[in-house]
Amino acid sequence: MYETNYHRASSVDEAARLMGDAGEGKYLAGGMTLIATMKQRLAAPSDLIDLRHIGSMKGITVNGRNVTIGAGTSHYDVASSDALKAVCPALCHLASHIGDPHVRHMGTIGGSVANDDPAADYPSAVLALNMTVRTNKREIAADDFFVGMFETALEEGEIIVSFSFEAPDKAAYQKFPNPASRYAMAGVFVAKKGSDVRVAVTGAGSNGVFRHQGMEAALKAAWAPDALAAVTVDAGMMMADIHGNSDYRANLVKVMAKRAVAAAG
Amino acid sequence: MTKVTLTVNGRKVSGECEDRTLLVNFIRENLGLTGTHVGCDTTQCGACVIHMDGRSVKSCTILAVQASGSDITTIEGISSGDTLHPVQAAFKENHGLQCGFCTPGMVMTAVDMIRRHGGQLDEQTVRQELEGNICRCTGYHNIVKSILSAADEMGGAQQAAE
Repeated sequence: MYETNYHRASSVDEAARLMGDAGEGKYLAGGMTLIATMKQRLAAPSDLIDLRHIGSMKGITVNGRNVTIGAGTSHYDVASSDALKAVCPALCHLASHIGDPHVRHMGTIGGSVANDDPAADYPSAVLALNMTVRTNKREIAADDFFVGMFETALEEGEIIVSFSFEAPDKAAYQKFPNPASRYAMAGVFVAKKGSDVRVAVTGAGSNGVFRHQGMEAALKAAWAPDALAAVTVDAGMMMADIHGNSDYRANLVKVMAKRAVAAAG
Repeated sequence: MTKVTLTVNGRKVSGECEDRTLLVNFIRENLGLTGTHVGCDTTQCGACVIHMDGRSVKSCTILAVQASGSDITTIEGISSGDTLHPVQAAFKENHGLQCGFCTPGMVMTAVDMIRRHGGQLDEQTVRQELEGNICRCTGYHNIVKSILSAADEMGGAQQAAE
């Protein structure tokens, strides 16, 4: 690892100030991607601004059907929240399948979403649950947040503070993990609220997480796995690598979507 | 150099290190506690698992400065004197190790797993929970057996105490 300078922030404002003073700074959430990347010398921030000790960024609030999750909340805390499980068990299920138990104890929802790895699980939930991403500067709608692989609407120095959404009537997430890395080769989050249906796909798209309008329309017409039978997933939009070509991934997306609808009930 | 202060196995310790020093290196080199191992460069193997503030973490993917102020338990801190922790005893009894390199991480993972699941552990859950720990000798069979045996033992001991 290259040399770096560590700073611990105790508030969001302090973190933003520290970042302003840093040269090539990076915010450090759980560090489960960033530290691993720095170890490989694939990242070399001059300064690390640690967000892990900012109390106001942690915790889950459920008020009726309205959910707010602090960006600093760990995957483990999302997975094991009884309050969240009562209104949106699909999100707990998703969090419980990220990485491994040790990674889930450190990794955070804010860190994962800000990093926007094309094979990460959380971005699909943010899109499908139509979350509002609150930062230290503004609120960003999920549909405006994800720009491309590892690229979001976040500006220089902007910090995600929390996520909020209204719990859906039905939702589920199903992924096909790469047998070695366990990252999603295709992960599909489906959510139904009233007559609205949102379907978000991660792991497969060549431009990162995306919504699939064709599947959304089919599921609006009939909420059933078979409703997806006639929908075409365009292989031209899919990633291709040694683990699977784009036709294979396009097929996986459809299979995962069907399984998700079946799991949502 | 930055001063790092930790409580390790119940003892307050401090030392100086670079900001880029990994917690596992601080534990091994500054504190001389070499039971915590480094088995890979990629956060995959779990040989470095310790407990930080009561939760299992990979000490190879946390900076020592990030951990400063926290309460750490390493493999050296779980037995009581000469009496092995029930998980250590179960690994010994069930031949849950061969070369032993992954064992400290496996044991610390198992202690955390049993804490979280209590008496609810079954073989499938144990195998899923071992996602972050790699063993190249045993084929995992006897590790799973050891953890289930320890969970039974500890569950039984808790019931007896109630």
